[in-house]
Amino acid sequence: MAILDETLTRQVGSRARGNGVQALECPPPARQPFPHGGRPKRGRGALKRDPRHYQIALLAALLAYGLIRLDFEISGAQAAAMVGAALLTQYLCTRIWNLPAFDPRSALISGLSLCLLLRTNSLLLAVAAAAVTIASKFVLRVGGKHIFNPTNVGIVAMMLLTDRVWVSPGQWGNVAFFAFLMACLGGLVVNRAARSDVTYAFIACYMALVFGRSVWLGEPPTIPIHRLENGALLLFTFFMISDPRTTPDSRAGRILFAFLVACGAWYVQFRLFRTNGLLWSLAVFSSTVPAIDWLLPGARYAWSRPGTGRLTSGEGAYETAGRDGDRARGARVVWPNAPRLLRFLRSQG
Amino acid sequence: MLVRQDDKTVLTMANDFKGDPKEFAIVVPVPTVLEKDQIHVGDKALLDHLDAYSAPRLVEYFDGNPCVRTRDDVLRLPSASAAIGGLASGGGRAKSLGVTIEAQYTVGEYDILILSALQSNGLETWLRENEYRIPAGASSVLGSYIRQNMKFFVAKVNLKEQAKLGFSMLRPIQVAYESPKFMLPIRLGMVNADGPQELFVFALTRKGRVETTNYRTVKLPTGMDVPVYVKDKFGDFYKAMFAQQVKKENMSTVFTEYAWDMGWCDPCAAEPLSSEELRKLGVFWLDDTPQPPAAQGRPFPIRPRPQDVYVTRLHVRYDNPHFPEDLVFQETADRGNFQGRYVLRHEWKGDETCDAASEYRRSLPQRREREAQTLASLTGWDINEIRKQSGAGPAPAPQPPLKWWQRIWRDYGLF
Repeated sequence: MAILDETLTRQVGSRARGNGVQALECPPPARQPFPHGGRPKRGRGALKRDPRHYQIALLAALLAYGLIRLDFEISGAQAAAMVGAALLTQYLCTRIWNLPAFDPRSALISGLSLCLLLRTNSLLLAVAAAAVTIASKFVLRVGGKHIFNPTNVGIVAMMLLTDRVWVSPGQWGNVAFFAFLMACLGGLVVNRAARSDVTYAFIACYMALVFGRSVWLGEPPTIPIHRLENGALLLFTFFMISDPRTTPDSRAGRILFAFLVACGAWYVQFRLFRTNGLLWSLAVFSSTVPAIDWLLPGARYAWSRPGTGRLTSGEGAYETAGRDGDRARGARVVWPNAPRLLRFLRSQG
Repeated sequence: MLVRQDDKTVLTMANDFKGDPKEFAIVVPVPTVLEKDQIHVGDKALLDHLDAYSAPRLVEYFDGNPCVRTRDDVLRLPSASAAIGGLASGGGRAKSLGVTIEAQYTVGEYDILILSALQSNGLETWLRENEYRIPAGASSVLGSYIRQNMKFFVAKVNLKEQAKLGFSMLRPIQVAYESPKFMLPIRLGMVNADGPQELFVFALTRKGRVETTNYRTVKLPTGMDVPVYVKDKFGDFYKAMFAQQVKKENMSTVFTEYAWDMGWCDPCAAEPLSSEELRKLGVFWLDDTPQPPAAQGRPFPIRPRPQDVYVTRLHVRYDNPHFPEDLVFQETADRGNFQGRYVLRHEWKGDETCDAASEYRRSLPQRREREAQTLASLTGWDINEIRKQSGAGPAPAPQPPLKWWQRIWRDYGLF
């Protein structure tokens, strides 16, 4: 799920510098960095408009629906323990990293996401998964942003480290698919398409791969449609891969990233015949994001208000801005002969 | 039935074919070319045993004398030993075009061919010419398996061998192979199928419960109290209940009927399978596991014996619109135990009098009504018919609740 930390967005201007070379301008250093989830002070209006609220409401509703109607293999007690552990870890990390304020929202999103995805017989492992998920945000960081989507890394780490957890991709069925799809699209509207380019790019690539394979095999269209009518895929597409805190900064980077994740997921599922291709692929290709950002630099993103994805200058950049020195090092030759295309691709939203 | 650990799979195919053995043929896509010693003819009795062991069951409790506080006793348990539906996937007959016979064996009473093909039309024609009954239109389905480089396991009954061996029933065929694909091809069986098909999948694994990854897997409703008369028509009850659940889920789910750590059961519908039986069914990792002695003097062990096998029984009713793609499975780490069980509570018929007995008698009509409602909702049967059969009249007017002071002294017989 998207862990939509922190608040404001800052556009990093891009300018041509001699010989048609595109490079990044280093933004001015922020006055007040709030790394790792600290919450800048904002007005009540900003709080109301924070798209994370929609996300929390939607995830909670999905969990309630899953528990009541879809017989998810998770008890209410285990769900409460996971969410509680996520919040507690966020609180402890806030204290350890000396952040000015405890912001429960991102942790709540991660906790709810884990409840929707991770299954285990062991309460201890459920709690451990929540702790790993949240701690990963604070520990696994490069250039001021966490590398992995926390829920993704929490699940993948638990699957690698123990053989006592699992993910049930079939748990959603396809009866409520369209209602679910509407809710996800509603999320896009609420977020005003903030960084939804990664969502569109991913779903387009993945659909092309799934349909392409079926056409090549001569399968009837009902088969790829059935594969795509999957709640787990929706959840991944609209909430996990679209996490603006862990996707590449530039549009070109995000499209490349989405393409890589789609190919990886397809390969795991249809060539290696393993389950959870989406999760494995995202974890693997998330580790390439620093390299993608280095190759295709762009503006660091953070949620401010429902997302124009555009830049709100003047209020200061939090979370990542304090590390923008790294961004300066990230300024590199990108695309010598295509300055206009690059300007478009680097633009936000 | 699927036995699987890591990528090693033993697939046992049994079916309820009832016609002339001459007419029998199966065509099953398999991921690899199979050597002769990867194919074996199994024993139907073992599957029947597994079926009986894992079948949904009734549990009977007899209400005790409410005047004397004792624990309920668990008694007998007839089981709904449903017939094992197989992976019957149609037969064939036809001619060849780009078809390669990769291998040809006679194993037990079966003549077996492993085919690969370049084109689905060629394969369909070849099968037809060689008198494998294959449904019309199968080539579109065969084509996608050919493209995936799958081979075709085709088997016919060798009547001479069958006569020599003296088996009148068709025994299950077992194949062992290594492949990351953990799936069951069901599409071939749906071509021109007359109505929905029924499939039971028994999975024996090491780690835990098996579920489908491309369809929802849900557990059958369990643990409900139903009227006692169900005992005499448990088969009908089970069929109606399953049909009702399929309808409720819009025929788009796979049902878990049993998921249990093998080696014990509580209550047992049949004795758990021995290590030898499990090995014969293909549980290859039991080879060197020392077998602890069975508990003496107790027909079915209720305490766990280390058996290192987890059994999952899945039941699916499927047709093409609701199950467009083959079943794909995964082994989860879930070791929780689940069984489809339905509880019969026999009423206490004693004539003792005490406050508890009066209260017990007062509670019976409501209980009967509750059981009737449960049965109606589980099976879709007519509630009035159920009431008639179970002796549950319409629910009586609820008793006015006791006043708080009445409750204080009622247990002491002072009021």
